[in-house]
Amino acid sequence: MSTATGYNFAYLDEDTKRMIRRAILKAVAIPGHQVPFGSREMPLPYGWGTGGIQVTASIIGPQDRLKVIDQGADDTTNAVSIRRFFARVAGVPTTERTSEASIIQTRHRIPETPLREGQILVYQVPMPEPLFRLEPRVAETKRLHAMADYGLMHVRLYEDIARHGHIAISYNYPVMVNGRYLMAPSPIPAFDNPKMDRMPALQLFGAGREKRIYAVPPYTAVRSLDFEDHPFEPVRAKAACALCGSRESYLDEVVTDDRGGRMFLCSDTDYCGERQAAVQRDAAE
Amino acid sequence: MAYVAVKGGERAIEHAHAWLAEERRGDPALPELTVAQVEQQMSLAVDRVMAEGACFDRGLAALAVKQARGDLIEAAFLLRAYRTTLPRFGASMPLDTGAMRVRRRISATYKDLPGGQVLGPTFDYTHRLLDFALAAEGEPPPPAPESPAEAAAMPRVTGILAQEGLMAAEPHSEAEPGDLTREPLAFPADRPLRLQALARGDEGFLLGLGYSTQRGYGNAHPFVGEIRLGEVAVEIVPPELGFAIEIGDLTVTECQMVNQFAGSRTEPPQFTRGYGLVFGHGERKAMAMSLVDRALRAAELGEDAEAPAQSQEFVLYHCDNVEATGFVEHLKLPHYVDFQSELEKLRQLRATAMQEAAE
Amino acid sequence: MTQPLAAGFADPVLEAQHCFRALLEAMSRPGRVQRLAGALAPPAPLNLAAAAALLTLADADTPVWTDAGADAEAWLRFHAGCPLVAEPGAAALLLACGAPPSPPALEAGTEEEPHRAATLILQVTALEEGTGWRLSGPGIEVAHRLRVAGLPADFLVAWATNRARFPCGVDVVLCAGERLAALPRTVLIEEG
Repeated sequence: MSTATGYNFAYLDEDTKRMIRRAILKAVAIPGHQVPFGSREMPLPYGWGTGGIQVTASIIGPQDRLKVIDQGADDTTNAVSIRRFFARVAGVPTTERTSEASIIQTRHRIPETPLREGQILVYQVPMPEPLFRLEPRVAETKRLHAMADYGLMHVRLYEDIARHGHIAISYNYPVMVNGRYLMAPSPIPAFDNPKMDRMPALQLFGAGREKRIYAVPPYTAVRSLDFEDHPFEPVRAKAACALCGSRESYLDEVVTDDRGGRMFLCSDTDYCGERQAAVQRDAAE
Repeated sequence: MAYVAVKGGERAIEHAHAWLAEERRGDPALPELTVAQVEQQMSLAVDRVMAEGACFDRGLAALAVKQARGDLIEAAFLLRAYRTTLPRFGASMPLDTGAMRVRRRISATYKDLPGGQVLGPTFDYTHRLLDFALAAEGEPPPPAPESPAEAAAMPRVTGILAQEGLMAAEPHSEAEPGDLTREPLAFPADRPLRLQALARGDEGFLLGLGYSTQRGYGNAHPFVGEIRLGEVAVEIVPPELGFAIEIGDLTVTECQMVNQFAGSRTEPPQFTRGYGLVFGHGERKAMAMSLVDRALRAAELGEDAEAPAQSQEFVLYHCDNVEATGFVEHLKLPHYVDFQSELEKLRQLRATAMQEAAE
Repeated sequence: MTQPLAAGFADPVLEAQHCFRALLEAMSRPGRVQRLAGALAPPAPLNLAAAAALLTLADADTPVWTDAGADAEAWLRFHAGCPLVAEPGAAALLLACGAPPSPPALEAGTEEEPHRAATLILQVTALEEGTGWRLSGPGIEVAHRLRVAGLPADFLVAWATNRARFPCGVDVVLCAGERLAALPRTVLIEEG
């Protein structure tokens, strides 16, 4: 196992890891509650996944296999950069296969392949506070969480319905965790929200710049906020993937020319690749 | 097909790094800049990087400036990322800036005062005319004339005012100050924590905020009590020794801003101070910091606290340029998943709106 | 005559990581029993799991309370560098080998900062999955069964009080030999 010289295994020093590990355990014990932690400057900029990186660095070991995705894809430059960072400082094997990974660090997506027990999904979180657009004062939002006073968010959603006939939030759609804490799921598309509910894998969230860690334990209820007469509805392009034909996966829209031409492709590159390979296998048989 | 273009991220990154290295070096026909040259001749850039990088090491700061191609925020970030991996051996005793070996010391409140005014190395009275002689390689300038060192001590101006009872006393505390590099900020933040955040804060941001307090956004009536620049000793008390030993010197700039205070039910009218202290020669930053420090005390002094510079959360959460640059610049990372959601949602909302309009 | 100090982790980085993952898995799936590997030989009366958990979580920032006696205290002070406190209420981490301090005496956090609550490590005599208590709550698909031997008789009463304080409340790690299981404050424990 080769790692970068001059740095500890997984980059962080042991004191920092211990501090983060204590925060993670408390986060798991209080599902959806944001635990402040002494976030360190990382060699990658704030806003580029420093929270997720610190969480991953604090949990990862030589027996792990790491997958990193950004926008659902393993080959986006920031995902490549983070995967290289861990290959360099922790020397752990990496993979692009969702099913083979024990830790998946993600920005903005939950893989299409259902996650299982034994896996940990680490989200990179830019703004951990679900109420920040409605109440920017952190001292005040802390009080609102303490009292479970989420009226501000309900009013906001109600106003959307009154004005547009729909709730106009399409990503980072707020959720209630275990019926107690309002939580920002990070900017995943609302399409992914249902995957969080009672997921067999552990979900950890790291916000480096905002210095917060939170968690959703396995099999924990995660409900997207809605109203009885306006139930939550995840949005997806009404199309099939041009490569694998999926009508279930979340799609990226790719502009192909300047005359309005466009095509749709799976955002989850591993899922799409597996499906294409399966088709080829079937054809070969 | 466009889709292929996003593949090969790994190779793209390697090529970008190579290109960056080439740009950093510039024209190879020209001699390469040495770190020592940066340290000696771009010394104020080095000072700023040490201040905002929160790490006093001229050599490392100079290396960061060179590596960052002169981008000082990038250089401060490099220094911070290095600093964060260093083990923490202990904390120093408080610096005694009263015992500073002063190279510059000015007061705007007294024409003369014990220890005198020492102009020192300053741009203040230069005419800002481009000096074309510097463009040509020339001889080093003749040595600056040295005046005999003043034997007199240099008491602080705020101390002089305090003797007369005109300056509000600062509460003295032996309590260990918080450390925002280890514990995240919580609000209300006490003054030691605020000062720590400001000392690491972005010079430009603090300059703008300090300026805003002079223009009516916050009720400030500041006078520069004193600015001093020089070297102070750093002392630690090793637990096994039990007494203080000197481990080196720091160059710091200190500004004490004197402000009016109308008084309250419990306090008579008096002066209050705004305080600024930065690594190296950073006068603009020290002054701006002292204005903002004073503005942030508004609430505790019972003054109106409506202006941006008086809001703890606003100032402290946004003054760190490493945090700010990361989050602003992360907008260039791909966001197409979210944008796709927005597209679909917008199409849905427009369809609903048009249908309603048609009915 | 004092005994020579027992060794800590042979490989502090990787053993701490291994133990942390066991703790994380235990806290994420209450009632599932984790087994630690490793050759840690802590001074009596510490068992392997409790000792490893303390080395993994304790340092200069975590005041520790313990009833484990002078040898264990000296070992902890040396290997973890943690301050030891006499008041259970002042501790972030507690290790009880005998009768545990009563939960109301412990730091339970506040409504705004429930994460400041203490973690109580209890040494017990046996931990077994698939039988005993019925656990449910976050981390558990339907129910987990856990049998614990060596707890005080009033533990379940105290636990019900602790759970009712959510989001405040202490979290418990049960350690027997090289096995450990956790009870986060959310878990509902029913007998039989």
